[in-house]
Amino acid sequence: MSKGPRDKQMTIDEVVGELEDGMTIGIGGWGPRRKPMALVRAILRSDLTDLTLVSWGGADVGLLVRAGKVRKLVYAFVSLDTVPLEPNFQKARQEGTIPEVVELDEGMFQTGLRAAAQRLPFLPMRAGLGSDVLVNNPWIETVTSPYDDREELVAVPALHLDVALVHLNRADRHGNATYLGPDPYFDDLFAMAADRCYVSVEQVVDTAGLTVDTPVQRLLLSRMMVSGVVETPNGAHFTTCTPDYERDEKFQRAYAAAAGGSDEDWAAFEGRFLSGDEAAYQAAVAAFGEEQA
Amino acid sequence: MSDATRADVCAAAIADAFADDGEVFASPMGLLPMLGVRLAKLTSNPDLVISDGESLFLAGVPPLFAQADVVEGWIPFRKVFDVVAYGKRHVMMGATQVDRHGNQNISAIGDFAQPKRQLLGSRGAPGNTVNNRTSYWVPKHSARVFVERVDIVSGVGPKLAKKAGPAAARFNDIHRVVSNLGVFDVKGADDTLRLLSVHPGVTVDDVREATGFDLEVGADVPTTRAPTLEELVVIREVLDPQGLRFKEVPDAS
Repeated sequence: MSKGPRDKQMTIDEVVGELEDGMTIGIGGWGPRRKPMALVRAILRSDLTDLTLVSWGGADVGLLVRAGKVRKLVYAFVSLDTVPLEPNFQKARQEGTIPEVVELDEGMFQTGLRAAAQRLPFLPMRAGLGSDVLVNNPWIETVTSPYDDREELVAVPALHLDVALVHLNRADRHGNATYLGPDPYFDDLFAMAADRCYVSVEQVVDTAGLTVDTPVQRLLLSRMMVSGVVETPNGAHFTTCTPDYERDEKFQRAYAAAAGGSDEDWAAFEGRFLSGDEAAYQAAVAAFGEEQA
Repeated sequence: MSDATRADVCAAAIADAFADDGEVFASPMGLLPMLGVRLAKLTSNPDLVISDGESLFLAGVPPLFAQADVVEGWIPFRKVFDVVAYGKRHVMMGATQVDRHGNQNISAIGDFAQPKRQLLGSRGAPGNTVNNRTSYWVPKHSARVFVERVDIVSGVGPKLAKKAGPAAARFNDIHRVVSNLGVFDVKGADDTLRLLSVHPGVTVDDVREATGFDLEVGADVPTTRAPTLEELVVIREVLDPQGLRFKEVPDAS
């Protein structure tokens, strides 16, 4: 009897138990879309500190900088889309509470992940030349083409991650995972740029179930890229997880209002939604939804 | 057409910015740019490639914020970056600040280390401006937007691109700045902003007063053309029957 690949299913708290202070953590998704929010909330509940975050940012960045978890932030933008500016991120930047920030062009960000995924120290790119991305990050060097053109390009440094956290629609217990929405974002690159990748999913299914109702091309993650699988229904809330659910705009507005309001407003939001475990969060969200209906 | 509103004039001016682009991906950021691009696709440049702003290339030209009918391609974010580097793209971005040399800022106001006001971050502006044609849309022309020097350079103007070397200047192409008052390019002396036309009802002095630096102005500045009857029908009946454009540019005509 064949043994088959190992079972990587874990709990949210077991994933956080694998993280350490000072780690560089990449967070998948894009802005307010398919973010691993249940894992972000678990980090909020933990004692973890001194983190370097690498994210095309949304509320994942907002929540973690507001909680003082972040020593260094690597981003190209932080946005909630329908609320263009992320109030917690804005506040942290304006109060100077993120000790180190690295603002990149959003394509440089992809190139940096790609370099890390390919175990290269850098990759050349045009983006960044002439802009203040190079002025504000003077450690980023340029590289000159050895060929006749002699073009001087940005040597985008590899964005190597200790850990990547991503959220997809479905996975099997071995770590093969599929997205069902319109865009894979860059979750495969995050996984390959990291020493370890933990994927949360809406539903864990049998391997055969992964391709029952969607093309094989949607299998974004192979199990060789994945260290752990967590089933977290509604685990991207309040960001999108199309087609399982869309963004919870009412909740996002409440989040943004609290984040942009007084300290008391924020304390009330935290007290209601972020003071318990994931089950408590989901129960509070359900109650909020009924109130707003 | 004498009954064109200011928003209609802006839409036609934006459409004109895309008229000669040929078969490229037109990427409008914001409402009036989306209206102008779709207007161009229905009139002057049917070869334009447009998207739903998410991940689909649209074969048709739906009204603003309507669902796509026929889809002709897939353009997830990762492929957008490929098209940026490929160069067959014209993006029209917003700008919290634009300066005399056509540099743009959407990152933050004040000192980068601790900004007075944090905005979006640089987004794709650095990559856009050294790879593909870039224009800007400013719905409320003022001296707070049009400043002598932007606080943070997100989008790179031609002078800075040249200073950064041939690799930066090679594809740098800041094509137009369209505001609610007029149309500009960056082909003034020493690569500076130049007034190309003023919208009907706007004077050159109005523009000068609302601009925070010394703008290059020709001897005889024409008036921005009025939309044609066909364009007005397309704007009013097809693309924006709800008048969403007036939220961005209130009717001033």
